[in-house]
Amino acid sequence: MTEYETREHDVLVIGAGGAGLRAAIEASGQGVSVGLVCKSLLGKAHTVMAEGGVAAALANVDPKDGWETHFKDTMNGGKMLNHWRMAQLHAQEAPDRVKELERWGAVFDRTKDGKILQRAFGGHTWKRLCHVGDRTGLEMIRTLQDRGVHQGIEVYMECTITELVKDGDKIAGAFGYYREDGRYILFKAKAIVLATGGTGKAYTITSNSWEYTGDGHGLAYDAGAELIDMEFIQFHPTGMVWPPGVRGILVTEGVRGEGGILRNSLGERFMFKYLPEATRNDYAADEAEAVTWVNAALAGNRTEARRPPELSTRDNVARAIYTEVKEGRGSPHGGVFLDISYQDSDRVKKKLPSMYHQFKDLADVDITAGPMEVGPTMHYTMGGIRVEAETQMSRVPGLFAAGECSGGMHGANRLGGNSLSDLVVFGKRAGAAAADYAKAMPTSLKIDDKFVNAAIAEMEEFFLRKEGKNPYDVHKELNKIMGTYVGIFREESELAIGVAKLEELKAEIKKAGAKGSKAFNPGWHMCRDLRNMMICSEAIARSALSRKESRGAHSRLDFPNTEKEWGTKNSACSKDENGNMKLEHTPLPEMPQDLKEIFVKKEPVNA
Amino acid sequence: MPESSGTGRQATLKVYRGTKDKGEFQSYKVPVEAGMVVLDAIHYIQQNFDPELAVRWNCKAAKCGSCSAEVNGMPSLMCKSRMDQFKDDEDICVQPLKTFPIIKDLVTDVSWNYEVNKKITPFSPAPDADWTIYQEDIERVQEFRKCIECFLCQNVCHVLRDHERKDNFMGPRFMVRVAGLEMHPLDEANRLKYLKDEGHIGYCNITKCCTEVCPEDIHITDNAIIPLKERVVDEFYDPLGKFIRNLLGGGKKTKASVQPVSITPSK
Repeated sequence: MTEYETREHDVLVIGAGGAGLRAAIEASGQGVSVGLVCKSLLGKAHTVMAEGGVAAALANVDPKDGWETHFKDTMNGGKMLNHWRMAQLHAQEAPDRVKELERWGAVFDRTKDGKILQRAFGGHTWKRLCHVGDRTGLEMIRTLQDRGVHQGIEVYMECTITELVKDGDKIAGAFGYYREDGRYILFKAKAIVLATGGTGKAYTITSNSWEYTGDGHGLAYDAGAELIDMEFIQFHPTGMVWPPGVRGILVTEGVRGEGGILRNSLGERFMFKYLPEATRNDYAADEAEAVTWVNAALAGNRTEARRPPELSTRDNVARAIYTEVKEGRGSPHGGVFLDISYQDSDRVKKKLPSMYHQFKDLADVDITAGPMEVGPTMHYTMGGIRVEAETQMSRVPGLFAAGECSGGMHGANRLGGNSLSDLVVFGKRAGAAAADYAKAMPTSLKIDDKFVNAAIAEMEEFFLRKEGKNPYDVHKELNKIMGTYVGIFREESELAIGVAKLEELKAEIKKAGAKGSKAFNPGWHMCRDLRNMMICSEAIARSALSRKESRGAHSRLDFPNTEKEWGTKNSACSKDENGNMKLEHTPLPEMPQDLKEIFVKKEPVNA
Repeated sequence: MPESSGTGRQATLKVYRGTKDKGEFQSYKVPVEAGMVVLDAIHYIQQNFDPELAVRWNCKAAKCGSCSAEVNGMPSLMCKSRMDQFKDDEDICVQPLKTFPIIKDLVTDVSWNYEVNKKITPFSPAPDADWTIYQEDIERVQEFRKCIECFLCQNVCHVLRDHERKDNFMGPRFMVRVAGLEMHPLDEANRLKYLKDEGHIGYCNITKCCTEVCPEDIHITDNAIIPLKERVVDEFYDPLGKFIRNLLGGGKKTKASVQPVSITPSK
């Protein structure tokens, strides 16, 4: 019998990015014992990559901002498919969460009168993103990390969870391994918060790191939770396309927020052509008006001018770039040009320092001297574990989810800046609710040995496949299927092939094998990660095939219009009794009348 | 892609494979494509030759500080080490950070750093603090907060690397962290005794090796360590000055008097 270590906590948080750390801090603040599991070292989670800022209607720069407008922008950005209550809580609570970060030591950039500075971003009516240059995520994770380590949270670094364990229908614990030496660990826990991020590694060109294999999605699905809205994958419009070594790495939307201009190979500022009718009036009508807006923004003055068309929502900008390239107006390396070099070079370096260095050091391009070449990159998973809005609990009692791995908050398309705020708003809520739930649970739960033995057997089996397939080869095949058949633009015939190919690939995943020892063995780890990526990929492909309309990030060539009746349905994937994926369309929760009125009110956007 | 991205070049990488007790450099031939960095080459090896090759990485964009290693003797982030800096026939030697115990291949045990961090008094603002803060008052603090915890500075610091005083010295990374707290305009705690007696800031003899390797270009020595050393001197080795400062209302706020004024880039 293989040995394993056993640890016990009231609340176990899996994932130590912004949401996981915030949940752990909250739960531990309520006096329960908290364990925090991170797949990497503490402080390295994907949150550090977030550049542009955290969206909160503080109204420090644009005094007309308020939670209603933030709520409205979020719902509009999500094409009204968001869970209204999550969007409401998010807009209402984000300002307090940001101020709290400041009181915990985060040092945001300031306005002239000493308040937190806010910048413009795609889809946000007002300047709303609190930021620290272009390294806001790092500031946030470091602040939370330093807060967390003084609160008695037990941190398990470089530890990967492979199985959630239940007692009857309730969550009872989690099983996993330490990356360092492959020894196993069983956590007994009354409540578990999943905060594992998204599933970018299902795609080849992605801004996401190796950790982003949809672990929380996969674990929750296997434990009986539902995955909703999985067809909505955000392709960030501006990833680096050249040189190949850096393909996919993100160029923050902050570049456009600071006045960056998109042009095609003919020199056309093409975004004017791609503004959807519904929001056209919110954007500058021509270059002159856009210039007025940028000049006012640079000077810190208010203006009647409307914002530049580059600040349209991400889904829209990504499609525009894709179309320009496809129609032959792309840059030499298959992207378009993003230009901020017309501005004062010192100011650009000050406002976008890590972008400056990223291009200078990695691509040998000086962004203050000429344009960058950019194109869409897989960036964010809108869909995720279905949770209850107030508590973030899934339909599995004791299983909570927060941040990118949860679904509902962002609907069909997430606005930039709404992710960092999502992490702290719902991280706190999940942590509090998990602590409450654990406190209400009188006795500890029982974990049947057979679950542990099965979990050990799964991990050991990879080594028994001596002639097994290289897991990285299987991963490449998965990436190829997703990129080819389930990419930015989709259609019935392609999606059907994608679903069939994924089905075939499941057999290959069962053949993947590991060599060497259990000590820090990425090949072995990849064997298990493939299972989670497959669950996510299948949910993405099946949901995309089923939604016969275009909405937000889901673009169907065969169904180009947004259809009213689809606006009332979520796609929901769950595991049926035979272990197969079941797809249902469930009714979207209906927004109460008082909130509906926010959308009816005709308020001039720039009055 | 409209044009081929291959360069037709092959690079030879010599990568440390093994544990802290036993290991050797293994050679791999890797095709080079434009814009490739050493981390890409390591990934190529992992995907095509040795899936069990151990390496830490996350963002591949110099933002997370995970992929620290010594590349041809130079402590650096592998994601920032471009392959085109090496000559065609030059072997590229990749080995783990020397200062920390090897776990396997390129991965070292950096957990000591996390233990040091826990001992630092956290940010402590007054309950009634006025949160109006001006940009000019936080510029310096923001420089320190750029740190991505790659621990390259810890790796090259003589006190840690050559004299192995992890038992008794906090290292540049955590002097930067303390500086970020001590110079925050609203922080009320005093960490000077800790700096002197536990962090042993006096061990640092200002060789600026840490500053040289910082991928975030933080002026570790000039802007963090030296001003902290001055504060420690003022606090503990200048009794007359301290007496006067106390008479004048003293306490923590006197730190403004030793606020560094000029930014002296070391490069």
